[in-house]
Amino acid sequence: MKEQLQKDFDNTIKNLALSQRDIEIKKFYLDNFINKGFPNKKEEDWKFSDLNQIIKKNIGELSFYSDYTSTNKVDSSAFVDGLEHNKIVFINGRIEKIDFDYEKKDQIEIIDQSETINKFNNNSSLSDLNSAFTNKSFKIVVKKGYQLTKPLIIYHTTNSKIWSKNINLRLNFELYENSSLRLIDLFRDTSEKNFLNIFYNFDLKENSILKNYKVDKFENKNIKYSFNNIEQEKNSISETFILSSGSNFCKNEINCNLNGEYSSAFVNGIFSINNNKHHEIRTIINHLTEYTKSYQLIKSVLEDSSRAVYQGKIFVNSKAQKTDGYQLSKAILLNKDSEFNAKPELEIYADDVKCSHGSASGSLNEDSIFYLMSRGLNYQQSRELLINGFLLDVVEKITDSEVKNLIKNMIGIKE
Amino acid sequence: MDNRQKEIDNLKDYKYGFTTDIENTRAPKGLNEDVIRFISNIKKEPQWMLDFRLKAFERFKQLKEPDWQKPKYPKIDYQDLYYYSAPKSMREKPKNLDDLDPKLLETYKKLGIPLQEQKRLNGIAVDAVFDSVSVATTFREELTKQGIIFCPISEAIQNHPELVKKYLGSVIPVTDHFFATLNSAVFTDGSFAYIPEGVRCPMELSTYFRINASNTGQFERTLIVADKGSYVSYLEGCTAPMRDENQLHAANVELVALDDAEIKYSTVQNWYPGDKDGKGGIYNFVTKRGLCKGKNSKISWTQVETGSAITWKYPSCILKGDNSVGEFYSIAITNNHQKADTGTKMIHLGKNTKSKIISKGISAGFSDMTYRGLVDISPKATNSNNYTQCDSLLMGNKCGAHTVPYIKNKNSESNIAHEATTSKISEEQLHYCQQRGLSAEEAVGLIVNGFCKEVLQQLPMEFAVEAQKLVGISLEGSVG
Repeated sequence: MKEQLQKDFDNTIKNLALSQRDIEIKKFYLDNFINKGFPNKKEEDWKFSDLNQIIKKNIGELSFYSDYTSTNKVDSSAFVDGLEHNKIVFINGRIEKIDFDYEKKDQIEIIDQSETINKFNNNSSLSDLNSAFTNKSFKIVVKKGYQLTKPLIIYHTTNSKIWSKNINLRLNFELYENSSLRLIDLFRDTSEKNFLNIFYNFDLKENSILKNYKVDKFENKNIKYSFNNIEQEKNSISETFILSSGSNFCKNEINCNLNGEYSSAFVNGIFSINNNKHHEIRTIINHLTEYTKSYQLIKSVLEDSSRAVYQGKIFVNSKAQKTDGYQLSKAILLNKDSEFNAKPELEIYADDVKCSHGSASGSLNEDSIFYLMSRGLNYQQSRELLINGFLLDVVEKITDSEVKNLIKNMIGIKE
Repeated sequence: MDNRQKEIDNLKDYKYGFTTDIENTRAPKGLNEDVIRFISNIKKEPQWMLDFRLKAFERFKQLKEPDWQKPKYPKIDYQDLYYYSAPKSMREKPKNLDDLDPKLLETYKKLGIPLQEQKRLNGIAVDAVFDSVSVATTFREELTKQGIIFCPISEAIQNHPELVKKYLGSVIPVTDHFFATLNSAVFTDGSFAYIPEGVRCPMELSTYFRINASNTGQFERTLIVADKGSYVSYLEGCTAPMRDENQLHAANVELVALDDAEIKYSTVQNWYPGDKDGKGGIYNFVTKRGLCKGKNSKISWTQVETGSAITWKYPSCILKGDNSVGEFYSIAITNNHQKADTGTKMIHLGKNTKSKIISKGISAGFSDMTYRGLVDISPKATNSNNYTQCDSLLMGNKCGAHTVPYIKNKNSESNIAHEATTSKISEEQLHYCQQRGLSAEEAVGLIVNGFCKEVLQQLPMEFAVEAQKLVGISLEGSVG
């Protein structure tokens, strides 16, 4: 893999207008990655999902170079209907379109950061890989007091033009005081066997609100890793919703630092997977000061021989008195071959806190099915109704009604 | 404060901190094949036992010390330890208690463990282990009548080789992890108990461990086999003198329960925890594992962990037989600079297996406590159930309480439920108690005892009283 990496790296650098210093920095990250390789199960964070093996088994040899000189046609029929929205379109890892038509031009700033490689709050080898190979990186700034009128949808589209490729994306968001942003990540892949490595960074200033909805719904054979780092100042709120369903392998990581008093973080997630899929959500909520709050709810429905992993950690440092932390994960295993692994973790150094977690997994309740069937539903209907209700609980946690409806329609949950 | 006053204060904290001045026979310092041969030789072991040890040592040389645990400790120099230390008077094992070195009798008297006949009224058979050897086992005749074998493991190797050969290393193989393998290579003594088919052991069996010599690691090995339909309740207690250096205690405990058998294993661990500044104390790195080998068997672990500078152990159950049950009840208390990383593993392999975990952690002072547990339901363990509850109580904001459960469910017809909470003693509760005339310390003691009640209830009577007191003592000075 080493030679391939070197070769692809040289090709990538050639197409970028970088200063000598930046090339050095990128080289440094490349060397880091070469040393560490893809994470494997010997690393505690990857204990349940050995990425190195998964890539070997599903993709084989990866190529890290993508030719970004030619543009891809943006297919507007793929856009979400019935909801006016701003767009960022990635096709095969190339930014094709940034469009904030519905917003005041002077309130949003888009800064090309391709030439500055900022450090990332993550020391895994995937972050090194991302830093070495990302080609375009933008920072999106929402100005003081501005609240976007329409949600922003980021389309992550890949098509059959790419094969066995590694794609690295990186975006930075900064939300100034009293601003707000609704962000939907929508994955549409028709490609197969690629490895997507996505890094987001969010800076939330005082009183700002971020709502991020990640929707991976459409069946595809790709392998995805997505990392969100969220820094929160006083009174800020972050809400993250993850629908983890379509890809062959998908791992979402959320690292949230509650740096300011009264800041709060909400993470809600659904695993709805079948076949041989293997999905994971890992969250780390760091309560670093007083009066912070976090709430997490993860529900899974696992069919066939699918596998879901939830690793959630609540960290409370000794300054963070009056912390309120809650975490719950529930799983329904529908097939004898499905598997659910959880590691809900508490690490607490302050005494005046309220922290709890719960985790439960098991099969569908036969008594409930019997109840419904005795009222005239057939087995299939009863099952669906129960699963619907089970998942609806999480969807109802979405605070934005427009997006909630969009997502309900998308996954076909009826009320 | 003059030295004498200091001494008195120290004794108040840890009343078992005295040393017994007794002449010792020691193996040469260090760890090598010769030392292992020396131990095997002094115990007059058969060849197969020596082979077992050497095999473990071969393996040990390839292993690396683990470092994933939460409490970190300075590197242990395994060549700077004595692996065998025994009172000289034990060179030839005394025939009965009258021949036992009076100094040893005195020691156990001071510890509150009566070895002499006339004082054995409480009906507990005790195997007393002093450093590397077992010095006395009480009530043996009475047990023999029922066919129960209860003796030091070194004697069992001589007298019941077929049983030891069959079961030793069957739960914790010689190829296990670093400390277990070290123990397999150099273990010195410990208890062996065999309960024959259909026998309900009429009294509690008990081992009392005492580390006396300095610079010595204690590596004892306990093996309990409960044959079909039998029942045994086993108690374990431990203390050590106060010393400035850290001492290593790496024991292995193996339990085997055959069809319909039940083993109840209770521990009250009160090794020297180190002084107020975290100097000295025992490193308690113990491997305890029970195998529910037969159908309908049950193994239940109860532990009260109040001592040791570092406690690092996970008493586990392998639920192999169908309908077998594993239970784990634990109270772990850390104060001052103590650290604990403890919990359990429940490995469900058989059908309809059940496990229950109740863990209560209390941390005070500058201490750090981690619950780490694994519940693993394998694809074949249909209709299995697990329930886990871990609660932590924090006193002060200089200490930490952590929960790291690993939950693996590979069977759709099995259920796992896990709950954990972390809290502190509320002002209201304290106020309520104080209003009724209790001092702040008494109030905390009462509330903590209530918090621990679920676990304390699982202990045999005599032990429960002792443990309740211990809980109070361990937390002394933590309320301010």
